Amino acid sequence: MPSASSGAQAPDEAVGAASGGLSGGLSGGPAGGPGGDVWTPSQTELERRAYRRSRTTRSALISAVSTLLVGAVVIWLVTSSEGWPRVQETFFNWDKAVESFPAVLKGLWLNIRIMLICGVAIAVLGLTLAVMRTLKGPIFFPLRLFATAYVDLFRGLPLLLVILLLGFGVPALRLPNVTSAAEVWGGVAITLSYSAYVAEVFRAGIESVHPSQRAASRALGLSHGQTLRHVVLPQAVRRVTPPLMNDLVSLQKDSGLIAVLGVVDAIRAAQIETASDFNYTPYVVAGFLFICLTIPMARLTDHVARKQGWHGAGGTL
Amino acid sequence: MTLLSVRGLRKTFGDNVVLDDVHLDVTAGECVVLIGASGSGKSTLLRCVNLLEQVDDGVIELGGVEITDPRVDADEVRSRMGIVFQAYNLFPHLSVLDNVTLAPRRVHKVPRAEAERSAMTMLDRVGLADKAKARPDDLSGGQQQRVAIARAMVNSPQLLLLDEVTSALDPELVGEVLDLLRDLRADGMTMMLSTHEMGFARHVADTVCFLDGGRILEQGPPDEVLGAPREPRTRQFLSRLVS
Repeated sequence: MPSASSGAQAPDEAVGAASGGLSGGLSGGPAGGPGGDVWTPSQTELERRAYRRSRTTRSALISAVSTLLVGAVVIWLVTSSEGWPRVQETFFNWDKAVESFPAVLKGLWLNIRIMLICGVAIAVLGLTLAVMRTLKGPIFFPLRLFATAYVDLFRGLPLLLVILLLGFGVPALRLPNVTSAAEVWGGVAITLSYSAYVAEVFRAGIESVHPSQRAASRALGLSHGQTLRHVVLPQAVRRVTPPLMNDLVSLQKDSGLIAVLGVVDAIRAAQIETASDFNYTPYVVAGFLFICLTIPMARLTDHVARKQGWHGAGGTL
Repeated sequence: MTLLSVRGLRKTFGDNVVLDDVHLDVTAGECVVLIGASGSGKSTLLRCVNLLEQVDDGVIELGGVEITDPRVDADEVRSRMGIVFQAYNLFPHLSVLDNVTLAPRRVHKVPRAEAERSAMTMLDRVGLADKAKARPDDLSGGQQQRVAIARAMVNSPQLLLLDEVTSALDPELVGEVLDLLRDLRADGMTMMLSTHEMGFARHVADTVCFLDGGRILEQGPPDEVLGAPREPRTRQFLSRLVS
């Protein structure tokens, strides 16, 4: 082989690669040029990889088969039962679903509007309350007291009562230049009640940020407010994103409670459709539409979280 | 008798080759000290031995049994080793005593009374028996690190791994932790540790390994590696330490 003449021009590609591999192996990769990796996995490593692959395949197979099996058993149990045709007719009637779909969809639009507007208002109010509760020092006592009392009150009151109180009570006061629209007062009631819950979620997040983070920020000369804004809250909000998503989804469904004030949301629309023939399919349609809203929202949050590299509580190891 | 044998170990994180063809033997009762710059692969080597990292190639054997084999029960292997981290990694929600008894009670199924008895013996040995009911946050760094060592030692491991256990401590606290390690060494504990304390390496190590760029560039008795290093890179590293 002519490859012994090292240092001369590379005679051909194969020999060049071989001598490169040899020198890399002996000298320990001087300077480590990019792409100059000449390592090939050993037989042992290849066997390990094959074993791990086979284990992965096996687990995937087992889980797929068990899932299918359980699903099949449940479907069989339900559909083979004596009353199934009746249940199917009452809850899963295709014609009834198609017939009621436009009305339910129109109702859903109200849920969506309430959810979007109230969602923003709740986030702002909840965060403000949470920050108020975490303020230290005697000077902030009135703010802490207010926030604590607010949370205690609105977390304790049933949402339905708040809606009735504001939705019927405020218009009954006959205040000049104040709207009596059910959507508005219903939305206010939901915002008041939900912000109490959300404030506690935010507070948990704020308190989970390690004191050393505040210390580091204050040591750099940032004020208390700047520390909160640039260091504490960004970490706090990331940690509580999953429970906040819970609240958002639950808000989407609870927004229908304002139907007691006489407006028509998806569930009320379904109820109206049902009233004519006691076929409950419209409720299933409404449920399906709610799920269609929730699932993309959950996936979107997961996606954003992953892209930003959020892993919950940080720390070494 | 060779307790731990590392052959052709390779570990990468993405394109970054952290360990490259590492060979190392640890005899029972021996104290092996890993030295080298930050990023040379010391911690990763210890973590690979503890199976906290999945190796990309090579073989690690403990007591003649290959532990890098995916068929091996990693929890069982780890229960025969102790590891102590630079940042202590004590569980802040548990008392000192509960930190030490957690593994004996949950992994080794030792009854509570017995686990607490042996934990107290171990805490007494590290000089912290009076702190048994305290929370880790109430202790100084040196005390926390001694608790971490007691936690690792209470399972009577065959091998104790220590990853820069004094790096976060002031000189006085470093002394108390290193004294403890000397005691363990005198009792015949097999140890593998990474450190920047060259004085400790010189006096306590049986073998010193100098790691650079993911390889063990030089290994031998401390007098040779620290006193008369063969490799220019080792000399350079040591000279910078002194200055």
